[in-house]
Amino acid sequence: MSHPDRRRFLELSAAGIGAGALAGGLPGLASAADVVFKPEKDAKLELLRWTAFVPSDQVIWDENTKKFTAATGVPVSIQSLAWGDMAPKAALAAQVGSGPDIIMGWNDDPFVYPDKLVDMTDLVENMGRAHGGWYDNARSYCYDQDVKRWVSLPVGCTGNAVNYRKSWVKEAGFAEFPKDLDGMLKLSRVLKKNGHPTGFALGHAVGDANSWTHWILWAFGGKQANTDNSIAINSAETVNALEYARQLSETMIEGVAGWDDSSNNKAFAGGKIGLTMNGISIWYNGKKDTPDIFPDFANVTPPMGPVKTHTVSNNFTSAFIFKYSKYPNAAKEYMRFMLDKPQAERWVTEMKGYVTPALRAYADLPIWTSDPNITPYRDALASAKYDGYNGKPGKAAAQALDEFVIVDMFADVCVNKMAAKDAARKAETRLATIYKRA
Amino acid sequence: MTSRSPLLARLDSPRVLGYLLITPAAIILLGLLAYPLLLGIWLSLTSATIGKPGEFVGLQNYATIFADPIFRGAALFSVFYTICAEVGKLILGLALALLLNQRFRGYRVSRALMLLPWVAPTVLSALAWLWLLDPQFSAVSWLLIRLHLINSNIDFLGSGWAARFSLIVVNIWRGLPYFAIGYLAGLQSISKDLYEAAAIDGANGWQAFCRITWPLLLPLTTILLAFSSIFTLTDFQLIWTITHGGPTDATQVFTTLAYQRAITGGQLGEGAAIAVSPIVFMVVLAVFVVRSVRDR
Repeated sequence: MSHPDRRRFLELSAAGIGAGALAGGLPGLASAADVVFKPEKDAKLELLRWTAFVPSDQVIWDENTKKFTAATGVPVSIQSLAWGDMAPKAALAAQVGSGPDIIMGWNDDPFVYPDKLVDMTDLVENMGRAHGGWYDNARSYCYDQDVKRWVSLPVGCTGNAVNYRKSWVKEAGFAEFPKDLDGMLKLSRVLKKNGHPTGFALGHAVGDANSWTHWILWAFGGKQANTDNSIAINSAETVNALEYARQLSETMIEGVAGWDDSSNNKAFAGGKIGLTMNGISIWYNGKKDTPDIFPDFANVTPPMGPVKTHTVSNNFTSAFIFKYSKYPNAAKEYMRFMLDKPQAERWVTEMKGYVTPALRAYADLPIWTSDPNITPYRDALASAKYDGYNGKPGKAAAQALDEFVIVDMFADVCVNKMAAKDAARKAETRLATIYKRA
Repeated sequence: MTSRSPLLARLDSPRVLGYLLITPAAIILLGLLAYPLLLGIWLSLTSATIGKPGEFVGLQNYATIFADPIFRGAALFSVFYTICAEVGKLILGLALALLLNQRFRGYRVSRALMLLPWVAPTVLSALAWLWLLDPQFSAVSWLLIRLHLINSNIDFLGSGWAARFSLIVVNIWRGLPYFAIGYLAGLQSISKDLYEAAAIDGANGWQAFCRITWPLLLPLTTILLAFSSIFTLTDFQLIWTITHGGPTDATQVFTTLAYQRAITGGQLGEGAAIAVSPIVFMVVLAVFVVRSVRDR
């Protein structure tokens, strides 16, 4: 169901008549999408978003916002917070029923309080139709199966890829980066022997630790839950993944159990490690901060495991509107405008790969093939799975991620030297408690 | 002579005026202390989640958390963290106060500088410590290697016990000025005559400390220790910034676990139960303080 106060302003056929002409009062909003929402009278919006990872993101987002205000007369005030602080801020807004109209949150955030959020189904479906459809991850993170509606508008992900030093890989005797995990382990061992260890976070690093552990788990066919949400972590596949991680951990630099989300970036830029997994920021920062070694940096889509398909874990971001907002139509129109082609193409291009859009149409932008090191980030969503896979996305999966159950299971094996079977059993117990209470 | 108005006459009554004067303080206490506390206790007895009031579930949340090994680990570490940090702060704070109680060139500046860890924003100092404890780029490791005291970097946060002790050291560093300044004030209130009399009786420095200084500082120690223990038991920012409760939940304490469950996880009832559970310890400490102040 749509928000009760929402009025569908007009519906245009994709066949042709310009939205601007029909919208009358909104000539600047000609759109490929076939729904435009008429902002409420005297509407004004507050957006809370994560702090831009790259300055051009904020610049273009602000410029597009000004265009929106010029076209609609709706002022938009934007506040930014560090990405790790978005979840508590959004939770607070949900609890007290007051705060920003729109929040750009992460991963499963909207599933923690779906009843507090405006139905986004009409906007999501129409945006999808107009822009080549959504990647599967969009549905996983924004469609709530309990309340049976889209509770958030998918925006995209900060994709993950494997980052390595070209010369060190060549020195290890590999002409190109291995395509599978067995090959990567062989490479990692030689890298370690050559004094260039690998580095993957095993502390409570929200982004980095979750991303690589989930990648390895899924690559071996391990899964947190079954489709009926029964716990499935304690399996032979999980044990194989943990055994692989144990071997990989022997090639890692000391101290990864204490790493946070910035540690691998610093270690990679400082030449301490030769292989890690990260968003594209690690590559761009190298361009800026360590230009002498930057040409040696390279990125590649994470290798496949026995499941013979890529299994990337990303940080997914989406925009949700709270029901307490007095201006839900204006909020929807704002997000529609910002993700619509004229605005989003420039935003995505200028971000140079920091955010991989959830709309498939933007994968064709030239920026993705302008450098082979950017291309893996274009594909981040094409092969991605979701938190709690293969269970039902929702509160339980969100809580399991918050409590680092998968990360801790890997750390138990790699750091605490627990037997893989015991670590899987321990994770099973934790997950059973979490899924029961959620 | 003009007769006084009945209102003024009533205000003259100690009973009326007394209640009137304490009303603002009572409102502040009820609104800012009692209400949140009672709300927390109430939430801990419900199945509330973010955005949903939930239902009354009695002590179910407490049964759940006491059966949870992560909570039990967090409770144990909270107590261990508090005891170790308090002992460290007490000993070092007293030593620092004894040092700063001497007159030497620059003693005023030294006293002011001593307060820096206490007045610096906690998150900023935690970030600085995060850098100092970094497994690859730690300035502490760098210095020790340069001094040929160690061969490779120390992994301060890479295992459970290393991370726990690192956090205790950071907490001691941060809370040290509180003890030092308190003791310094206490030392300056001790009459010099006592030390002169002891010197005439032939007491050495250690004997004067044991027989005069420490006994006279004891009531102050009780108060400093009790208040500081409450601050330490409820420490959140240092731990959350440096370890997020990791590795493998080794550094979870009451506050970080409550935050994780209630705020990011949305389980308000269970999170409230975790947050309320250390109240038992705090009530004991509060009674201790009140009694020691009264006895004094």
